[in-house]
Amino acid sequence: MFDVAVVGAGPAGLAAAVHAADAGLSVALVDAGAQPGGQFWRHPVEGEASAGAPEPAGHHGWQRFAVLRARLYAHESAGRITYWRNAQVWLLAAGPAAGVLHLAPALDVPGGAPDALPATVRARRLILCPGGYDRQLPVPGWDLPGVMAAGGVQALLKGSGTAAGKVAVVAGTGPFLLPVATGLAGAGIRVAAICEANSPAGWLRNLRGAVQAPEKAVEGAAYAAALARHRIPYRVRTAVTEIHGTDRVEAVTMSRLARDGMVVPGTGRRVSCDVVALGWGFTPQLELVLAAGAATTMDVDGSLVAVVDDRLATGVPGISVAGEAAGVGGASMAVVEGELAALCVAAESGGARAGAAGLGARIARLQRERARLRGFAVAMHRANPVPERWQGWLVPETVVCRCEEVSYGELCRAHVELGARDARSLKSFARPGMGWCQGRVCGYAAASIAANLAGRPFEGPAAAADLRAMAKRALAAPVPLGRLAAMAPGQPEPALPPLETPAAKGDPT
Amino acid sequence: MLLPRSADVVVIGAGAVGAACAYSAARAGFRVAVVDQGAVAGGTSSACEGNLLVSDKEAGPELDLAQYSQSLWRGELAEFGHLWEFESKGGLVVSARPGTQANLERLAGRQREAGIDVELVDAQDLAGHEPQLAPGLAGGAYYPQDAQVQPMLAAAHLLRLARTLGATVHPDTGVTGFTRSGGRVTGVATGRGAISANAVVNAAGTWGGAVAQLAGVNVPVLPRKGYVMVTEPLPPMVRHKVYAAEYVDNVASSDAGLQTSPVVEGTRGGTILIGSSRERVGFDKQFNPRVLAEMAGKAIALFPFLAGVKALRSYSGFRPYCPDHLPVIGPDPRAPGLWHACGHEGAGIGLAVGTGALIAASLAGATPAMDLAPFAPERFDLHSPDPETEAAHA
Amino acid sequence: MPELQLSLDGAPLSARPGQTVGAALAGAGIASWRTTRHAGRPRGLFCGIGVCFDCLLTVDGVPNQRACLTPARDGMELRTESEDAGEGRDV
Repeated sequence: MFDVAVVGAGPAGLAAAVHAADAGLSVALVDAGAQPGGQFWRHPVEGEASAGAPEPAGHHGWQRFAVLRARLYAHESAGRITYWRNAQVWLLAAGPAAGVLHLAPALDVPGGAPDALPATVRARRLILCPGGYDRQLPVPGWDLPGVMAAGGVQALLKGSGTAAGKVAVVAGTGPFLLPVATGLAGAGIRVAAICEANSPAGWLRNLRGAVQAPEKAVEGAAYAAALARHRIPYRVRTAVTEIHGTDRVEAVTMSRLARDGMVVPGTGRRVSCDVVALGWGFTPQLELVLAAGAATTMDVDGSLVAVVDDRLATGVPGISVAGEAAGVGGASMAVVEGELAALCVAAESGGARAGAAGLGARIARLQRERARLRGFAVAMHRANPVPERWQGWLVPETVVCRCEEVSYGELCRAHVELGARDARSLKSFARPGMGWCQGRVCGYAAASIAANLAGRPFEGPAAAADLRAMAKRALAAPVPLGRLAAMAPGQPEPALPPLETPAAKGDPT
Repeated sequence: MLLPRSADVVVIGAGAVGAACAYSAARAGFRVAVVDQGAVAGGTSSACEGNLLVSDKEAGPELDLAQYSQSLWRGELAEFGHLWEFESKGGLVVSARPGTQANLERLAGRQREAGIDVELVDAQDLAGHEPQLAPGLAGGAYYPQDAQVQPMLAAAHLLRLARTLGATVHPDTGVTGFTRSGGRVTGVATGRGAISANAVVNAAGTWGGAVAQLAGVNVPVLPRKGYVMVTEPLPPMVRHKVYAAEYVDNVASSDAGLQTSPVVEGTRGGTILIGSSRERVGFDKQFNPRVLAEMAGKAIALFPFLAGVKALRSYSGFRPYCPDHLPVIGPDPRAPGLWHACGHEGAGIGLAVGTGALIAASLAGATPAMDLAPFAPERFDLHSPDPETEAAHA
Repeated sequence: MPELQLSLDGAPLSARPGQTVGAALAGAGIASWRTTRHAGRPRGLFCGIGVCFDCLLTVDGVPNQRACLTPARDGMELRTESEDAGEGRDV
C-alpha cells in the first residue's frame, strides 16, 4: 500500500510524484509511456543517441523537465518512488480507505511490458494526471492517410526527428499550431500555411492579457520571428474545410471564415500538400476521473473536466486531479498543479516529514500561481474557440467516427428517423464512439453534433452530459481477458475448469 | 413534441417491448402515444445483447411465446430485418460433462416436442460447429433458430414504423400517476401533462413494478443485473452464440447471489460478445470488476484463445425479472383499462414482438394468438408475497 | 549509425534505433498499412500517441498493435491488416 499513487508521468504527474516523494510520502507512479515527460516533454529514447534527434536543449521548458526527471530518477533509485513504465491503468476502483489501480502492459510485443508488472497498485490517495490530446473536428477527407493530429506530427518530430512528408498545412486554432509548424519547418518540411480559424485580434488580446504572464508574450514573439524566418504564411479566420486525395492526402481547400465560423462563399483556395496537421485545442482524458465517480463539468473551452477545489481535490475522498483533466492550461500550469496536488495530499496525510512546517505557505503560493495561470488559460480559450458553425463544413459522407466509420449523414438520420436527441442515443443508434478508440477522437464532435441536431446550444449541463456519454469508459484501456480472469479469486487457469457451478444446480425456481 | 391530450392507447416505455406494443397497436388502428421517463431504448434495451433465443427456454408458455415471436421476426417483420441487423446465427449449447449432456439431451427432447428445431452434437462433432472450442467437452446441442438483433435499432425502428402509422413518441416524459374514473384507469399523468386514454399499457420493463404500483396493483418486477463485455474486432473465430448448459439453470434460478456462466458469440463486425452474469443488487450501477473477471475466466475455459484477446468495453443493465421467470402480459382485472407488458427478464428483445401482437389483439377485444393465462398480472396475488419484493417496494 | 532491419509484408524496411514502427514507416514514405472494416479505406498514423488506434498492424504475429507506440526492433515482421466485415455489427 502506497501513500499516494500518481497516474501519468507528464508535466503534472511528474511534478506530483517528485514533490510527494520530497515530502516523504511513498509514491507509485504509473505511466503508459516508456519514459517520463508525457506528450509535452516527449523526447528521443534516452540513451539512444543515434536515434536521430538530440535531446532538445531548446525544447520549451526543457530545463525544468530535466530537473524533475533527475529528481524522479533519484527518488526511484532510493526506493521512494516506484515507477511503472509502459503500464496502462485499465480500471480504477475507488474505495473508502484506498484507491486501486488495475494495470496492464501498454504494449503487447515482447519486451514491451515491464517485468513483473503487478496486477494492481493500491494507495491511500490517488492523484490523476492523465493529460490530454488534440481535439479534432471532422472535415471532409480527414480520414485520408497523411492527415494527422497536430500532436501526432509533433510526436514524430520530438520522438525521432521524423517528418511524415514534404509539404504541410497546419490547421485548427490556438497557439499550439505554432510550435508544430516551426518544428516541421525546422525538419526541412515546407509549411504551405498555418490556418488559424480565429482572428489575430484574439491573439493580440491575449498578448495584452499576458501582462499576467509575461513569459507567454516572450514565447509569442519568438514564434512570430520563427514564422518570418521560415516564411510560413499565417492565415487567420481561415480553416481547412476540405481535404482532397484518393489513397492519401494530395491537397486541401482553405476557406475564409465569417465570425460565426461559416465559410465565406467563394473564398475556397486549393493548396497542394502531403501532410495536414489538425488541432482544435485539447481534449482531456476523463475516463479515470469518471470511473472514480468524480463530478465533471464543461469548461470554458468546451472540454469535459473534473470539478476540483482549490486543493485539486475532487468530491470523492482521496482522489485529486491535476493537469489538463482539471482544465486545459498547458505544461506550466500542469507542473504547478502537480506540485500543488502533491503538497495538499502530503499536508493531509500527516505522514509528511521534510519541510512539513512550510507546506501551508507553499500551498498558498502555488494556489496564487495556479490562479494566475488559469486566468491566462481562460483568456486563451476565449480567444481560440471552436468556430460556432463548424458543422457547416460537413457533408453527409464526412466520416465523424473514424473507428466505426460513422458518417455525418448517419448521425443526421439517427436524429431525424429514430429520434436521437442526445449523444447517448446517437451512440446507441449510429455507433459513434463504439470502436477501438471508444470515442476519444470523435467524442467532442459527436456530442456537439448531437446538441446541434437537437437544436440545443452546446453548453451547460446538457452538453456536459453529452460529453460524459462519449467519455465514460468502464474499461479505461483494452485489457486481455486472461489478465482480467486472473483477478477472480481462485479462478483456475485456462485449463478446462468445471463449467457448472454447483450452487447453480438444483436451485429451486 | 407536444403531448396529445388524448389517445386510444398510451404505452409507458419506449424500449423494445413498448415499441413493439406501439407498433402492433398502431397497426391495429389505434391512436397511440408512447411516453418514457428517458430516451428511446434508454433502459434495458440499450444494455443487452439482443437475443432471440429458443435454446435457453424450457418447454412451456415462455417457449411458446418465443416461437410465436420468432414467427413474427421471421415473418411479417422480415422485410425490416436489415434495419435492426437481424442475424440468424444459431446457438450451440455445450456440456462439460456427460451428466450435463444427458440433462441437455432430455431438455432438447422436450423442446423438440414443443416444435423447436434442435440437433444433438456429439463431442467429436463440436469442433465442426466451433473449431476454437476447448477440447474435452462432453457434447452439445445446436439450435439453428437462435438469432439476434441490434436491440436499440429494433426499438427505434419499431417506434419509427409506429409513427408512420400515426403514433407519437414522447421521451423525458415520466409517468407520475394514473387518472381514474371509478375503478377504471382513464389515462396517465406525466411530468409534462396528462393524456387521457381508453387503455394504458405498462411496458416499463424493469420499472414496470413501480408503474403498476402507481395504479395500486402489485406486479413484482425486480432488477437482475447483468454485464456484457465486448472484445477487440478479430477475424471470424466464433461462429454462433455458444454457451454452457449451466446457463439454462442460471436463467431459471432465483438465487440473489452472483451467478456467472459463459456465453460467447461472434458478431459479423468481428467483435466477440461475452456474458453472462446475474445478480440481484437492486439498481446498483457500481461497476464490479470481479464479475467481469469471473465471466472472462469462464469464457476462456470455453474458448482458450480468448485469454490473449482484449476486452474493449463493458456495459451492464438490469433485467426485469419476475419471481416465476415469466413475463406479465395482458389486461389487469384489478385495474380495468390497464394492460401490462413487462417482466421479460433477459428475453425481452426476442419476446417483444410476440408480446406486442398479443397486447394489440387483447386491446382490440380479439382472441390473442396464445393463451394469456400463464402471464396474468394478478397471478402473484395468489401466493404469499415475496419478502424481497416487499423490500424492493418499501 | 546502425540500422535496424524490419519487414513489412515481407518487403524490407529499415529503422533507426529508438524509432517507433510508425516513425519508421512514415520515414520510408509509407502512409497507410491498414484498411478499414466497412469501407476498406486506407489508414496509417493519425494521433501518433496511442489514442486513436488507427495505426494498427500485426507485429511478429500479434494482431492489432499500435505502430505509433511499438518500438522498432531488428528482425521485426510487420503485417498490414485488412479487416473484412459483413453488414452486421456488435451490440
